[in-house]
Amino acid sequence: MSDQGLVITTGLEAPPPPRRPIHRARWFWFAVIGGAIVVLSTVRVITGAEDIDSSGALTAAIALAMPIGLAGLGGLWSERAGVVNIGLEGMMILGTWGGAFFAYYYGPWVGILGAILLGIVGGAVHALATVIFGVDHIVSGVAINLLGAGAGAYLAVRTFSSLPGGGPTQSPPLPQLPFISIPWLSDWLGQIEETGWWLVSDIAGVLRALTTNLNVLSIIAVLLLILSWWILWHTPFGLRLRSCGEAPHAAETLGVNVIRYKFMAVLISGGLAGLAGGFLVLVASNLYREGQVAGRGYIGLAAMIFGNWRTGGLAGGAALFGYTDAIQLRGGGDVVRAYLLPIATFLIAWGVWILVRRRQGKPVVGVVTLILGILSAVWFLGVTRVSNEFTGMTPYVATLLVLAFASQRLRPPAADGQVYRKGEST
Amino acid sequence: MKRIDLRRVALGLAAPLLAIVVAFVVTSLILLIAGDPVGAVWAQLIDVPLPRQVVAIINAATVYYLSAIAVAIGFRMNLFNIGVDGQYRVAAFAAAVFAGQAWLPGPLNIAVSLLVAMAAGGLWAGIAGILKVTRGVSEVISTIMLNTIATFLVSFLLSKAALRVEGSNAVNTRPIPESSRVPGISVDGIIATPNLIYGFIVLAVVVGLAYWFVLGKTRFGFDLRTTGRSETAAVASGVKVKRMVLTSMVISGAAAGLVGMPLLFGQDYTYGDTFQSGLGFAGIAIALLGRNNAVGIVFAALLWAYLDAQGNGLQINAGVSDRLVLVIQGVIVLSVVIAYELVRRAGVRMEQRRVASQLAAARTPSPETEGAAA
Repeated sequence: MSDQGLVITTGLEAPPPPRRPIHRARWFWFAVIGGAIVVLSTVRVITGAEDIDSSGALTAAIALAMPIGLAGLGGLWSERAGVVNIGLEGMMILGTWGGAFFAYYYGPWVGILGAILLGIVGGAVHALATVIFGVDHIVSGVAINLLGAGAGAYLAVRTFSSLPGGGPTQSPPLPQLPFISIPWLSDWLGQIEETGWWLVSDIAGVLRALTTNLNVLSIIAVLLLILSWWILWHTPFGLRLRSCGEAPHAAETLGVNVIRYKFMAVLISGGLAGLAGGFLVLVASNLYREGQVAGRGYIGLAAMIFGNWRTGGLAGGAALFGYTDAIQLRGGGDVVRAYLLPIATFLIAWGVWILVRRRQGKPVVGVVTLILGILSAVWFLGVTRVSNEFTGMTPYVATLLVLAFASQRLRPPAADGQVYRKGEST
Repeated sequence: MKRIDLRRVALGLAAPLLAIVVAFVVTSLILLIAGDPVGAVWAQLIDVPLPRQVVAIINAATVYYLSAIAVAIGFRMNLFNIGVDGQYRVAAFAAAVFAGQAWLPGPLNIAVSLLVAMAAGGLWAGIAGILKVTRGVSEVISTIMLNTIATFLVSFLLSKAALRVEGSNAVNTRPIPESSRVPGISVDGIIATPNLIYGFIVLAVVVGLAYWFVLGKTRFGFDLRTTGRSETAAVASGVKVKRMVLTSMVISGAAAGLVGMPLLFGQDYTYGDTFQSGLGFAGIAIALLGRNNAVGIVFAALLWAYLDAQGNGLQINAGVSDRLVLVIQGVIVLSVVIAYELVRRAGVRMEQRRVASQLAAARTPSPETEGAAA
């Protein structure tokens, strides 16, 4: 970086070496999380936007992040095997019906299995179309979304209309899965959070959200995330599965049954998406309602891309979406306004830095950054709360920005989305 | 030459027929499993529609057609414009606000509003285009994000621009003045119904013709299709691929901008929170069904609208939810894409065999050519 001025162009240099993966110290992410809490609590104290990290908002965020994370995990399994799964939305819708139907008749635990089963059915259709028949993945995914929405709605009318408390677009209230909290710890942390001390009460809020009223399914979802990470990156099965997404023909020459691996990956993907739908009916809203999924399948896909096709990144993306969703649902216009403060501070500081130390970039970039920072500051000072629509828009705009600024660093599986046919290797 | 063409036509027809048969079988199976009356459902769906339903089908097909053409422009370029849904809503809102102001007299207002709609749709799609060419962001994911952003943005702007009507919860833009409305076309002479066909069916015809002409008969269209088929070939023949991607994305968005126009100028006269939604996703399915072909999409749009209209009677006449139509539509699209893929492969195999036999006839047959052809 610093010897940029010394580069002499001869036209004879070897092409630049491929960017090495960045190896960060183990404490890096802990430092990031710690830093984030410090910033949050400072902003909270300055602006008085208590909901910025209250345990209530964080509990809501966890519940909202789970279905997105599960859907993203579904996307991860299938894309790691090289099949783009835009049909997550349709599979989730199937999962909502499956979860509600089986939970109503056989209890919530069977409901979980029902959601997974219906998701797998959706996954099987996608696998049949893309892996066996070689249809374009996105085309098939769009069709699955149509089919899933139609089939879910049709089945709901068929099964819930005649039930007491149910209707054509809504199921009766469903039996609930148990919530888990650690009783005395939760109260104690609640007391600390009430005090409103800088940093201390924020950490208490975060811990309280993690120990109070956690649904069993949330815990299962986190375990599934860890399990997926372990299987995909630490077992021979996972290695073979990922090889199908990176270089299917090479995998084929090594004796991997690519078709079977891809098929299985898409089935697992469907099952996870179905479970994401099941989470919506069994935990988030306690009943089936038409239109409940509301694009969460797409958001899951976005969270996965946001997370660079890795489990950890995916979890971060899902958390971001869940958090902004929670803020919006709690009417947190003041929270989004509060965020303008650190954003403005950061942009102004960064802009000044670029202008002072010219090496970091062109002066134009510095000026633009500075102007954006000042605009954010003016926005922060000019309003008392940001309109609800803009709060809702935030995660989507954030995803677009991340894609725009980080897409060069994103690395999808090399053969992602390509149609594979056996024995065509060149 | 002629024989091959015949064979091609047969192959081309085989796919949709196969798909419809598969859709019929699969839907019947679903009905059987769910315990719904199979016979009554098909009797209702195949029943001849009433004259007023015919008009409704044609009107709905007009809107679907525009949406599918917008999607198809992207498809021909190998771009998945999933964002037609957001583009047409942004555009319809912009056009409704502009036309509602009535700055211009009568027809001129309509013409300029159409331009406003195309500009709005093109701009919205252009964001995805710019992100793709400058930052390499997949248009699939960026248009999905832009769809949701459009929903929030339009609802925010609508709350600012809305005309509050006393005693009503409806949120609408200022209605378009009488003089700037597009009159419907009466078909009372052909089929007995007072209902009118959208005057903007003309718009759909014009867009369809333009699509066929520009993509099929101009150099620009050729370049666009080349880029869609093979980027390297396009680069080799001097096409600026990035500019091409951006241009086709913007054109696709401009076409998407027109989707809401028949509804706006022929039926609603205002944009509100009840404006028909989900047209963009239907457009994707219809474009797939119609094979991105200007004429094929006509039939696909009519089929889609026909199923919609016939589905309305399902509940009354067969005691089955009208959501069944969504299942049928989904199954049709899925089986159509699978059928096309199978037929394409069969066509390739037949072609290979034909070439092989010609080569074998031209030279002395040797085991080597046999092997190479297989």
